[in-house]
Amino acid sequence: MTEEVIVARGLTKVFNRNLVAVDHVSFSVKHGEIFGFLGPNGAGKTTTINMLITVLKPTEGTASVLGYDVVKQANEVRRVIGVVPQEYTADEDLTGYENIILCGDLYGIPREVSRKRAVELLELVELTDFKDKRVETYSGGMRRRLELACGLINRPRVLFLDEPTLGLDVQTRTATWNYIKRLKEEYDMTVFMTTHYLEEADTLCDRIAIIDYGKIIVAGDPEELKHSLGGDIITISIKEDADISNIIRSIENVKEVKNENGSYRIKVESGELTAPLVIEALRRNGYTVTRLSLTEPTLNDVYLEYTGRSMRDTEESKEAFRAHRMTIRRARAR
Amino acid sequence: MSSVNEYHPSLIRGLWALTVRELKKWLNDPVMLLMLVIQPLIWMGLLGKSMNLGAMFSASNLGEIQVPEKIPIPGSYVIPPTSGIIYVSGTMFSQIIQQTVSDIGPNVMRNIFGVTDYFSYMSIGMISMIVMTTTMFSGMSIVWDRRLGFLDKVLSTPVPRGAIIFSKVLNATLRAMLQATIILFLAMIFGLQLSPSFTLFNILGVYAAIFLLSVGLSSVFLAFSIRSTRLERPMQFISLITMPLMFASNTLFPISLMPDWLQAVAYVNPLSYLTDALRQLTILALNPSKLITDFIYLGFFAAVLSSIGIMLSWRYLSK
Repeated sequence: MTEEVIVARGLTKVFNRNLVAVDHVSFSVKHGEIFGFLGPNGAGKTTTINMLITVLKPTEGTASVLGYDVVKQANEVRRVIGVVPQEYTADEDLTGYENIILCGDLYGIPREVSRKRAVELLELVELTDFKDKRVETYSGGMRRRLELACGLINRPRVLFLDEPTLGLDVQTRTATWNYIKRLKEEYDMTVFMTTHYLEEADTLCDRIAIIDYGKIIVAGDPEELKHSLGGDIITISIKEDADISNIIRSIENVKEVKNENGSYRIKVESGELTAPLVIEALRRNGYTVTRLSLTEPTLNDVYLEYTGRSMRDTEESKEAFRAHRMTIRRARAR
Repeated sequence: MSSVNEYHPSLIRGLWALTVRELKKWLNDPVMLLMLVIQPLIWMGLLGKSMNLGAMFSASNLGEIQVPEKIPIPGSYVIPPTSGIIYVSGTMFSQIIQQTVSDIGPNVMRNIFGVTDYFSYMSIGMISMIVMTTTMFSGMSIVWDRRLGFLDKVLSTPVPRGAIIFSKVLNATLRAMLQATIILFLAMIFGLQLSPSFTLFNILGVYAAIFLLSVGLSSVFLAFSIRSTRLERPMQFISLITMPLMFASNTLFPISLMPDWLQAVAYVNPLSYLTDALRQLTILALNPSKLITDFIYLGFFAAVLSSIGIMLSWRYLSK
């Protein structure tokens, strides 16, 4: 069954009549894949997820989860999805165990079933030792794991993760990725997630859509997207003071050569295959290679290519984005 | 392929789960519980005990009464009437006045307040006050639920939307009832005089009256809080209206002694009806027709306000 689990067509959300948070977004997610929405803060990721999980009504367009319309069959959607929100929503004054049981109650799961599942889930996310401690004593990573466990109590077929590793340190982040992968396999789920971490999208997602200012800019397999940029970059320097551009250009699969202060930037289809040919050709012509480096394009290059901005830059020069994000947040809260 | 989730949430299950969550939070925090009781306790202790209105009518408060040594009285007032003027002793005359004043004190108190001690009167008023503030404030927890993302999470589950709203109302009501019980208990320790007609059955009436006002007030405040993103707004609003609501009612002072315009306000103020019902059921000799009027008004208030409040909240949640 490789049907499309999530289908969005022209999904749009306008806040306060003029703030377009999500702008005619269309995509589909296939069974069993981890689909990621990648974009800077305020790009419309959370708004999209909130429409898919039936918390927000779309202004325009339609979306369905497992064939159920998110507006007309909202209750059916709610029963088959699990949600792990961006915030830590577990009740701090209750214990981890009590929180999971509470989630179970909200899904109408009989207590004897939810008790069994809670024990199992706590084991899975390695919180068994802390299950009777109040959540206020938990660390960020533990809370995230608890949120994951809560989101799984109804054995969802589709799991929605909103910025699953937001604010976690690198180690905890990697651990959380492993949990997500394992849980996905264990429960045979389809996962829809949002992130603004490039590494996360790259390592975790089978397919991603890059979203910016409410629009999907490009979508696809992260590897494909990177390859679509036109392959790798070889940077090379030689001992001799000579122009070797023509020699390099004559090599197979070389797309572009640029001389940058004595070192050459060569754009090629595949760095691994072409680099030996370059060295070979230069040696044949009597040149000595002193340095060679090989860089593969990152998702940041993909983002740069399509938006004209670097995502890392936008993360660092936060001002405009913070303002935009605040507006959206406020509108969302209203 | 995992099977489709076969469970359906029910309104009652969801309602209970969400209510228990809040009560647990609250009961886990004895300091907060204490703080909420302390305020009416201070009112009761300071105002109730210091404003010893009954003691106003005592002979010692009359001060020096300037009475001449001999008081002339026309003979026609004397029994049997005689002619001319007779004289009575001034000391005796002032003794009579003092005795009379001491005697009418309790009568005046009983006519105005229904009881002879102000403390009993205002302790019951304090129960109304705590019911009012508790129900108003507990609606505010929804602001937190929203800001912390809990509300969105709950909204993404299939729990009936009604359970979310009713859980807040129910939680407010249960809190108000518990606190009223504590205040009543404390007041009894400090000298509240229950009327001879009081039976344990009356307690049920007390809870019923509190329930009606709580449901009405908390629904309205929920609808109000659910729309505000910050706590400041509902908090300011509450502190703005609690004072006038309390004074424009019989919580602290009888309506009959108020100026007309204030009486008009006090007669639509639901707090007056709750307070009267509570007094009828505890410290006064029960007047059935008045009690029935109180309950009819409280019931009407609860029905109208809760339907407005719940409708508005519902609309907000399904936006």
